[in-house]
Amino acid sequence: MKRFLFLIWCALGCMTAQPIQAADKELRWAGDAEGGAPYEFGDPADPAKIIGFEVDLMQALVQHMGRRAVFVQNEWSGLIPGLPRDEYSIALGGQEITPDHEAVVAFTRPYFITGTQLVVGRYNESIKTLADCKGKSIGCLKESTATEILRAQGNINVVTYDDEINAFSDIVNGRLDGALVDAPVAVYYADINPKLQSVGGLIGRIEYGGAMRTSDVALRQEINTALDAMIKDGELRRILTDWKLWNPLVAEAIGQPATSEGPTAAYDRWEVQQRAHLTLMDQLWRYMGFIPMLAEGAWVTLWLSVVSMAVAVVLGMIIALLRMYGSPPVAWLAGIYVEVIRGTPLLIQLFIIFYGLPNIGLKLSPFVAAVIGLGCNYAAYEAENYRAGLTAVPRGQMEAAKALGMRRRDALRYVIVPQAFRMVIPPVTNDFISLLKDSSLVSVITMVELTKVYSQLAQTYFDYLGLGIMVAAMYLLLGIPFVRLANWTEKQFGTDIVSKT
Amino acid sequence: MKRARNFQKENRALFHGLVSFTAMEQECPLVEVKGLVKRFGSITVLKGVDFKALKGELISIIGPSGCGKSTFLRCLNGLEVMDEGAVTLAGNTMQRSTSVSQSDGDFERQAHLIRSGVGMVFQSFNLFPHKTILENVMLAPLVVNREPFEKAEANAQRLLAKVGLKDFADRYPTRMSGGQQQRAAIARALAMSPKVMLYDEPTSALDPQLVDEVLRVMRDLNEEGMTQIVVTHEMRFAKDASDYIVYMEDGEIIESSDEDEIFVNPKDERTRKFLQKFM
Repeated sequence: MKRFLFLIWCALGCMTAQPIQAADKELRWAGDAEGGAPYEFGDPADPAKIIGFEVDLMQALVQHMGRRAVFVQNEWSGLIPGLPRDEYSIALGGQEITPDHEAVVAFTRPYFITGTQLVVGRYNESIKTLADCKGKSIGCLKESTATEILRAQGNINVVTYDDEINAFSDIVNGRLDGALVDAPVAVYYADINPKLQSVGGLIGRIEYGGAMRTSDVALRQEINTALDAMIKDGELRRILTDWKLWNPLVAEAIGQPATSEGPTAAYDRWEVQQRAHLTLMDQLWRYMGFIPMLAEGAWVTLWLSVVSMAVAVVLGMIIALLRMYGSPPVAWLAGIYVEVIRGTPLLIQLFIIFYGLPNIGLKLSPFVAAVIGLGCNYAAYEAENYRAGLTAVPRGQMEAAKALGMRRRDALRYVIVPQAFRMVIPPVTNDFISLLKDSSLVSVITMVELTKVYSQLAQTYFDYLGLGIMVAAMYLLLGIPFVRLANWTEKQFGTDIVSKT
Repeated sequence: MKRARNFQKENRALFHGLVSFTAMEQECPLVEVKGLVKRFGSITVLKGVDFKALKGELISIIGPSGCGKSTFLRCLNGLEVMDEGAVTLAGNTMQRSTSVSQSDGDFERQAHLIRSGVGMVFQSFNLFPHKTILENVMLAPLVVNREPFEKAEANAQRLLAKVGLKDFADRYPTRMSGGQQQRAAIARALAMSPKVMLYDEPTSALDPQLVDEVLRVMRDLNEEGMTQIVVTHEMRFAKDASDYIVYMEDGEIIESSDEDEIFVNPKDERTRKFLQKFM
């Protein structure tokens, strides 16, 4: 047992040993491709390719700086917590410059300024301004500037969403009277929908900047200089216009004309793609095209789950044995481990391991952090499975082994554990299937696995049904071999031979 | 054999009565228990039991349910941790007293030594269900004695033949009758070459027609000179096969003598009452 643990630690050690260091001339920047248009998103024509106005912005920026841009995918909520990990120098994805944010990170000068936009149903005549919203149900993104604006009005039933798209659906379905969203979202998701319309002008002011580590003073200076140059030579204006994001607030801030006559090619391309009506064959071909991306995500899910489960099974057994047969303080500690790990959310544990531990000098790669997080979490559940199995082995078995002169350690190894193990195969299989699906949580620590690929694709194509069925089928296929393996193992261990006592 | 037993009976007489030191030196008791006290919570189930067994004896312990006879047997190899007293078995001793503090680990070490000389057979067999009969018999020699596989296997096959299970080596325990399982359990205990065999109601879980095959094995072992201590409800077996019978009641040994006396002419009223139910 000890040797096995040692091997696992060695393996983990090797994986952590690779340093993640940006080459000198790289500029590593992070965003969340699931965030959707127009920031960064999978190109509907080729979902593996990430496009967006921030992508174009970074391309132009690095040209001014003489560097090369490298995109790092991370879950949106992890973008700022991930900065101290050094895997990227700048986080975009629509980071608002607010006092709260400025307390923890330093921002570049704003590269885009916008406001919120009121969106209502196409035939809604009663709401034209924010004042008309009194007494109505208005949706918004949770914890956003829009939320604050709505709350400040008072007397509005504020309904918060994880995703503005869902708020739009609820307007169409009649659950909401309207929604207050960031203006770019209204442009890209409401204005192209014939059942929705934007009313009134921009409300409030939102400034977007690149979030950086406060210690990167020189790099921030370099980026600001490049941004200034882009403003001066009209490059920023060209990009924002291209994406149909130019507005009076930006214009005023950088002292340029409020209207921009340039082509809006990027936006037009998006609009055409969204309005395009696909035949069934086109649709099928598109699904075929998703398979390589989904397979890549499935591989990450599978590999991560298998390694994590191996950790959980071994660690869980050790914890269960310590809890049942260890000296009182050890047993107590094992019990505490189970209660604490089982009683706290896996998501929080992953955050602490990945974003918290670097603060005390322990920086783990995403994969290792994910394996430790999932493995240690599931170990608590496996420990309880084993405890149930160990308890179910009749007392007489230990007595018989002892009476034969076996020490407790040997009795456990040769007599008790094998019997307990075969009893826990069904619940452990259960947990493995559950782990396959829980592994989707690791997208918060920059890993792109099956569910994350699904979210990105679904966001790009608004196809939650077809893609959902595809991904569900893939999870099912991933699980089946392990169910088979469990059935086979059960037979090998002879579960049908039941002790009479 | 008969003569040998008579010789032992004479020795027994020397113990229990009129002491002859020279004889005792020649025939030291293989098992000796002094002042054994066992409590479960506030209930004292063994109230200071003294006991001796000589080499080659088959001793039956009888008595009503709950009298403490099984607990007594389990104290002999430390499966129950006694509260006070001393057990000496083939030169190894484990002891506890209320005045000297002793950790569970210390006691367990003593018990571990004792167990190397004791085989035990349980009422419910307690064979390892995930192993075949052969593997059941081989496990302890392989793990505890680190015997070479071939040697352990040859010995196990020999023992299985001895208990009449030659053709059952590859069966799993639950595929066998209770009598076969109990014989396998005896073979498993014998594989560790014990000096003493303990039986805790070995036939109580068996159908009546299967009892004899187990008792026959025990008789054979007695013929070979194995020392055996049997907690039993089989009065006929106790009467016919035992060299010596111990009657226990309420945590005490009430009466002990060889079979003729206790069945024909019990000295104590309680023994008489108990035996009346069977006669």
